Amino acid sequence: MIAATPAQDPAQARPRLRLATVWLAGCSGCHMSFLDLDEFLFELAAAVDIVYSPVASDTKIYPEQVDVCLVEGAVANVDNLQLALTLRQRTALVISFGDCAISANVPGLRNLCSAPGRDSARTVLERGYLELADASGQLPFAPGIVPELLPKVLPLHEVIPVDLYLPGCPPSAERIRAAIAPLLVGQRPRIEGSSMLRFG
Amino acid sequence: MSVITLQVDGRDVAVPAGSTLLQAIRAAGLSVPTLCDLEGLEPVGACRLCLVELEGSQRLLPACASEASEGQVIRTDTAQLQGYRRMAVELFFAEGNHVCAFCVANGTCELQDVAVAVGMDHSRFPYQYPQRAVDASHPRFSLDHNRCILCTRCVRVCDQIEGAHVWDVAERGSDCRIVAGLDQHWGEVDACTSCGKCVDVCPTGALYAKEDTTAEKHPHPERAGQLRRAREQRQWTP
Repeated sequence: MIAATPAQDPAQARPRLRLATVWLAGCSGCHMSFLDLDEFLFELAAAVDIVYSPVASDTKIYPEQVDVCLVEGAVANVDNLQLALTLRQRTALVISFGDCAISANVPGLRNLCSAPGRDSARTVLERGYLELADASGQLPFAPGIVPELLPKVLPLHEVIPVDLYLPGCPPSAERIRAAIAPLLVGQRPRIEGSSMLRFG
Repeated sequence: MSVITLQVDGRDVAVPAGSTLLQAIRAAGLSVPTLCDLEGLEPVGACRLCLVELEGSQRLLPACASEASEGQVIRTDTAQLQGYRRMAVELFFAEGNHVCAFCVANGTCELQDVAVAVGMDHSRFPYQYPQRAVDASHPRFSLDHNRCILCTRCVRVCDQIEGAHVWDVAERGSDCRIVAGLDQHWGEVDACTSCGKCVDVCPTGALYAKEDTTAEKHPHPERAGQLRRAREQRQWTP
């Protein structure tokens, strides 16, 4: 008798995907929508290693050799900028995750507030901390603790090259799943048509 | 009635003389994206989304504002046209302040629709964040210039259908904007009949009823065509 050789499962042969999610200047709604994946989160947890994420990991330093990163939010302060630059160096496929990453969206509205001679960061800080404050108002200044605002809020792709864009405010859980599922089997998702592409 | 025959994307099509290229394209069972064009209003060729290629010509033609002629060979969906259309839509988003997330027209916006149609997943052009005003002086409606794409549907429907000519276009280039009356606050313009046709036909959230908030706008762009057919052909099919 010859023992049958078990067929190799291609899913097992593939190394586990190293997935990260990042939260820059956004409301976290995209991450809440990610959590709306419900039961699919079990399948996802079985198929990937979540190596960095505000909702699914305690890691504080963005790790090396990340396969896919979903980036929520615009780039509004120096911490956002530094993390964007770091994750680009350490990630194969960077996805602009939601309208804020793609267009700066609501966080970008502060770009409308630049007074003559002042950038929008200075204008909104003075408005919030001096003009509307009582006599004790002062501008926040704590280098290394409170990240400085950038002069202008920027979409992610104006700071680093972006490989894929997943619009929506937020992208629905169905849309997120349709984008992630092909990546698990080594394919690139098609972001087209109203179900995948629509802003808002 | 004489008939014109032409070819659109390899399909032979016959249309009544005097038809536009856009009508010929649709008669051939095809479509091109449009924003300024609207049945019932005279075409202006403002948005440039319906540009098509004409064999034997270097120039691109706006299909809505070009008359079809005998023997033309038209292409509507080449790689060049797809590239220009996507670029045009990106420029619409970049030059105004279009934030779908809290817009009154989110979900019913024709600019959102064409962004999907041309496959726009981001803008390669930096957003300009122009300083623009909101005119809320009218008792029932508001005009948010941040969301205006200068399609001039409001100008045309008010002039050509309502006959009031409240709206017009002022300034040039990036300062170009819609004005009410003699560049007055909308609510101060006596000529306005408050009919709401401009709100009905606006493709974005620029003109809206005051009771509507985020994603609550119910546009009725079909009304311009209904009124035109009622007057000219005595057909009323609301």
